[in-house]
Amino acid sequence: MSTLTKLSAIPYTGPAPTNRTPYVPADAAVMDARGQEIAAKIAQPGITQESGQDLPTFLVETDRIVAVLQALHDHADLRFTMPLDLFGADYPNRPRESGGRFDVLYQLYSLQNNERVRLKVRVAENESVPTSVGVFQGYDWYEREVFDMYGIQFAGHPNLRRILTHENFQGHPLRKDYDPAQRWLLTDGGITKIMPKIAPQFQHLVADSDFELVTLNLGPSHPAMHGTLRVVVSLDGETIVGAEQEIGYLHRCFEKMSETHTYQQVIPFTDRLNYCSAVINNVGYCMAVEKMLGIAAPSRADHVRLMLSEFYRIADHIVCIGTNLVDLGALTNFWYLFQPREEIIALAESCSGARLLPSYLRIGGLAVDVPGDFLANAQKIVNMLPKYVDEVEALVMKNRIFRDRVEGVGVLSQADAINFGFTGPCLRATGVPFDVRKASPYLGYETYDWDVPIADGGDTYARFLVRFEEMRQSLRILQQAIDRGLPPGPVMVDNPYVALPPKAKVYNEMESLIYHFKLIMHGIQPPVGETYFQVEGGNGEVGFYLVSDGTKNPYRVRARPPCFPIFEAYGKMITGQTIPDAIATLGSLNIIAGELDH
Amino acid sequence: MPVQKIEREESIIPRKTGYAPGEGAEKGLITLPGEAEREVEDLGGATYLTTRLESVVNWARGNSLWPLPFGTACCAIEFMSMVSSHYDISRFGAEAVRFSPRQADLMIVAGTIVDKLAPVLKKIYDQMPEPKYVIAMGACATSGGFYRAYHVVQGIDEIIPVDIWVPGCPPTPDGLMYAILKLRDKIQRGEIRRG
Repeated sequence: MSTLTKLSAIPYTGPAPTNRTPYVPADAAVMDARGQEIAAKIAQPGITQESGQDLPTFLVETDRIVAVLQALHDHADLRFTMPLDLFGADYPNRPRESGGRFDVLYQLYSLQNNERVRLKVRVAENESVPTSVGVFQGYDWYEREVFDMYGIQFAGHPNLRRILTHENFQGHPLRKDYDPAQRWLLTDGGITKIMPKIAPQFQHLVADSDFELVTLNLGPSHPAMHGTLRVVVSLDGETIVGAEQEIGYLHRCFEKMSETHTYQQVIPFTDRLNYCSAVINNVGYCMAVEKMLGIAAPSRADHVRLMLSEFYRIADHIVCIGTNLVDLGALTNFWYLFQPREEIIALAESCSGARLLPSYLRIGGLAVDVPGDFLANAQKIVNMLPKYVDEVEALVMKNRIFRDRVEGVGVLSQADAINFGFTGPCLRATGVPFDVRKASPYLGYETYDWDVPIADGGDTYARFLVRFEEMRQSLRILQQAIDRGLPPGPVMVDNPYVALPPKAKVYNEMESLIYHFKLIMHGIQPPVGETYFQVEGGNGEVGFYLVSDGTKNPYRVRARPPCFPIFEAYGKMITGQTIPDAIATLGSLNIIAGELDH
Repeated sequence: MPVQKIEREESIIPRKTGYAPGEGAEKGLITLPGEAEREVEDLGGATYLTTRLESVVNWARGNSLWPLPFGTACCAIEFMSMVSSHYDISRFGAEAVRFSPRQADLMIVAGTIVDKLAPVLKKIYDQMPEPKYVIAMGACATSGGFYRAYHVVQGIDEIIPVDIWVPGCPPTPDGLMYAILKLRDKIQRGEIRRG
């Protein structure tokens, strides 16, 4: 085993959290009051409320966490049934007496009350946390990720091995004392063999010695696995009796890279999370930082953000539907649908100069104003798109061959989908009308007239139905946005600590020159604290959890990847089906490796 | 026909039509790779063109590349754009996309290669029959891009030989097409001799 030379770009040298102004969320008082109600309702020992947060937040004793999660899940007035996220954070200077260096954070969502809650467990090095897989099956992979990134053990976890990094990897990269550029090589010999566990309903096959199960490896280089996904299946004849997915083939260290760059420099990294709908990630990240800074982008910028988000949502669905149909053998739709997608990309290019990943947003607004013909071009695209959507839908959705291949395939029940933490079209295909744009509107989505499409069944066909209808709803929003017109005014906030002053001023005014220099050298410095902000991405809830220590680099950036629980459930969805069904299912889930693996 | 720009009602992308003829085409000359332009010889009613076998083979190879998209990330989406209707790589004879390394001669590495995927890339490359060519598409495949990080290969030439590097993050489809044309020229000039 060998290591490569160290080539640290900007190693973390920043101080521990400073005594700068603390971050006080606008709704802190409301959240504190709600937190007290929740604590009173579940009546569990060992929890302390943390006040002044943007969500009801509780510090839970390590050995009480499973009981608290169970209570939040079961209580009839609360019903926190959806596990949104589980991740870690490292504070190496925190002494063992106050809990140890690591935080493990749990974020839950209640569909019944449309509210969120955050739990924290403090744990020291070499201590373990009891596993919560028994309460939320979706937490299986999340716990593996925390183990991989921080080395925190989860006692009782059924399969606690590395998930994102490879087998030869040494150390735990998201610890603050890990060098961001320290690589470890993997060679053929280092790869361990994966043997999928046989599903309980097929256990009798193992005992039957007349038959032999065949193990088949799909991916990561496989046309239907999109380059970076891998699943190992056990087959009895043609039936899949066990499956195990392996990820991490595109783990490009988004979270560590964010910690070594300034707040503005993180924006291009967020583009590359879900690269099919890059602008939506930009919106999520920029609005999270803006929330922390206590500023709001001008209304003109918000309007453009909303329009580009919806255009990119359509483009995302086009890629998903097009490639899924290619996997099913229908090449025409792919070629046909990529034509309007090219127009959408051209619109983004006219704004920012870049095609696929525009990095067009800035914290506090937009990089530059949109071109004069933006609305006219947007109208042209909105006019042409319905024809493409209708024709492709007519071509496939009433096609007997297509329906035979997708109906009843890749089913996941509504209860399971919620328990795994599904969001987005895959959740709505099981009949849950959860959409962040409706549940906690941002960018003024509440002022538009549109519907959340849902479908029954939770199969591949339902996911197709939802995606087709969502494109139509996005077009409805876009038409209204075009009719309202762009609000006049600037596209950047007028705040010299966030936005660069105009070049003309920099060259002519001493003060602007100083602000320019300060912002370039010292960056944006949000107040000390933590926050979470969520938007509706192409695949579901994209959330950004930020911790600021008052310096120019984020102390911690966590991107909630909507694909992560969805691909986690994939093995369960395909068990009992055949390989062609598995291929049809995978395409309809729209797994984007960039956000799946960070 | 000179190149003309067409504005279309329903589309926001300006189209171009026509082609700029090369000098040779007007004079009725035929160019074979690696050799000077020459006139077609008329020998007793039949038309002949004399050249070397290697030139003809390279000419054919350069004009019918079969790409294997080793697409992992954002660049793979731009690769799809290049293959699909608007850009249409079949104009240059490279539309026979094959996912089996045994049926391809051009590997387009489109996207970030991480340490976990590196042995896979090596294995796929080894499985391709000779002659084989590699295009490193985008900043990540070229140098690791802006991911100077603990899990990212800092350029695929750490693992496999590369013929053409394409800049961009991601490169435009035009950029990738240009790379394929450059590779075609390189093959036809006989510059790539491997295997």
